[in-house]
Amino acid sequence: MKIIVPVKRVIDYNVKPRVKSDGTGVDLANVKMSMNPFDEIAVEEAIRLKEAGKAEEIIAVSVGPAKAQETLRTALAMGADRAILVETDAEVEPLAVAKILKAIVAEENPGLVILGKQAIDDDSNQTGQMLAALLGRPQGTFASKVEIDGDSVAVTREVDGGLETVRLAMPAIVTTDLRLNEPRYASLPNIMKAKKKPLDSKTPADFGVDIAPRLKTLKVSEPPVRQAGIKVPDVDALVAKLKEMGVA
Amino acid sequence: MKTLVWVEHDNASLKDATLATVTAAARLGEVHLLVAGSGCRAVAEAAAQIAGVGKVHLADNAAYEHGLAENVAPLIADLMADHDAFVAPATTTGKNVAPRVAALLDVMQVSDILSVEGEKTFTRPIYAGNAIATVESTDAKLVITVRGTAFEKAAATGGSAAIEDVAGPGDAGLSSFVGAELAKSERPELTSAKIVVSGGRALKDAATFEEYIMPLADKLGAGVGASRAAVDAGYVPNDYQVGQTGKIVAPEVYIAVGISGAIQHLAGMKDSKTIIAINKDEDAPIFQVADIGLVADLFNAVPELTGKL
Ligand SMILES: Cc1cc2nc3c(=O)[nH]c(=O)nc-3n(C[C@H](O)[C@H](O)[C@H](O)COP(=O)(O)OP(=O)(O)OC[C@H]3O[C@@H](n4cnc5c(N)ncnc54)[C@H](O)[C@@H]3O)c2cc1C
Ligand SMILES: Nc1ncnc2c1ncn2[C@@H]1O[C@H](COP(=O)(O)O)[C@@H](O)[C@H]1O
Repeated sequence: MKIIVPVKRVIDYNVKPRVKSDGTGVDLANVKMSMNPFDEIAVEEAIRLKEAGKAEEIIAVSVGPAKAQETLRTALAMGADRAILVETDAEVEPLAVAKILKAIVAEENPGLVILGKQAIDDDSNQTGQMLAALLGRPQGTFASKVEIDGDSVAVTREVDGGLETVRLAMPAIVTTDLRLNEPRYASLPNIMKAKKKPLDSKTPADFGVDIAPRLKTLKVSEPPVRQAGIKVPDVDALVAKLKEMGVA
Repeated sequence: MKTLVWVEHDNASLKDATLATVTAAARLGEVHLLVAGSGCRAVAEAAAQIAGVGKVHLADNAAYEHGLAENVAPLIADLMADHDAFVAPATTTGKNVAPRVAALLDVMQVSDILSVEGEKTFTRPIYAGNAIATVESTDAKLVITVRGTAFEKAAATGGSAAIEDVAGPGDAGLSSFVGAELAKSERPELTSAKIVVSGGRALKDAATFEEYIMPLADKLGAGVGASRAAVDAGYVPNDYQVGQTGKIVAPEVYIAVGISGAIQHLAGMKDSKTIIAINKDEDAPIFQVADIGLVADLFNAVPELTGKL
């Protein structure tokens, strides 16, 4: 069985994003970029399934600029077998990413596609569900446990009320939540080896997918800033404040 | 514009998240509701009473009992032939179902809206709420999820909408429900509580979290939340997590205990009316957003506070 893992290059989660003064977006010049954290979890899960003998090949896919190669090399260094870069400098929306992934799935026939639940830049939380719809396949979103059993997969999902388990006929789409696993770091020898692993380059046009955006961004602005308030010296002063507010 | 609003429920009662979603939908036009479930007529009857609702579509079928996206998305897509916008709360249910509907309709979803600015224009948070984008949809139909804390709740009573049964395509045969472990708590629900007390990594372990956070929460009648670090370390279950990728809360008072204030945590609580932070590190970033800060060791300060309330 093959597993496809879509990985997105995003601003590093440790960096505080700054809105550009002209209101066109967020300043990404000279900002540290990394693999979307949920996608690291997806890569890790695929590797664990391979190590457990449930999968033979892991293919990492990224839609993005030439620099997204670095993200794919990270996936390869972690343990993916090969990579596909669908290169474009345009910002590609989840619906178009899902269409590209659908075309790649048609070529590769994976048993699972494991995506992150959400990209921490657009915070859309859509691509996996859209891909599942386009393929007419089941979806196990926000996964904290994935267990393959024959031709089905049991996915435990993090939901608002707690946890829920669903059983999906394979091929299936899974999106990862934070507690699915803890991604490994790539070792230096594996980083070296990853440089020799195959990385295919394609474009959206190769798959006949129209990536023209459906949403027009009219403006990007700073959220209202909160002013830091006061510090109270001790618990008594805090209790007094709470009483003033009518809370205690 | 005719909207179709996803009613969040557990087949017995309607969830609060529905009400803020109705308010957002009403800004767009006529509000129709969809109650999809099994043995859920009581929910439809409650939904029909929400103020301002024009019609309730009731799809009562065993296939819809657990809201499996594979089964409900085609039902919604069919109903969308007669509606212009599908509007769901940005809960885990809404986030699971709505994008599947959007793709079936070949529409780009607008996620987690904060406001309705025009017929097809909305604001939404990006980059963990560190930026707010104003976006305009160019699609013929809209698919939207709504941030519950950003809209007032519609009145739960006062309406008298008609209930119309709809059949829908039923079981897609792709997925089945195995089981759920749902947290049961006597405390107010996190996303609707007026006061929230949250604990972080500093709480050490599950027993310590219980010993220090719960009595304070109980004294205040508060809901209980946590940082990701506290959830990952197993102090409390996943449904306590507040943040960019957990729950979004905006209570009257949010008390952060032993939480540093990472941007991913702030994303989930910085719209709270008053933020109180207890942290022993005076440079902790949480103090940059806190209205009232107490620099102290929580293991002394929290029991003292609980005792004095
Ligand atoms: C993709 C991604 C998504 C994420 N999503 C979320 C999310 O939704 N929600 C979330 O919360 N985090 C999220 N995080 C994690 C986030 O980056 C932080 O790691 C996390 O919020 C830290 O939790 P914490 O503040 O409890 O722990 P720490 O950062 O370790 O802070 C502990 C604090 O406790 C204080 N302290 C220690 N001992 C005491 C004491 N005795 N008395 C008083 N104070 C004390 C310390 O001074 C410190 O400030 C996410 C991260 C990633 C990468
Ligand atoms: N440009 C992209 N390239 C590869 N994978 C992507 C891309 N955009 C989104 N994804 C995948 O879809 C997931 C959800 O993203 P989103 O729907 O944008 O929040 C991510 O975690 C990735 O796994």
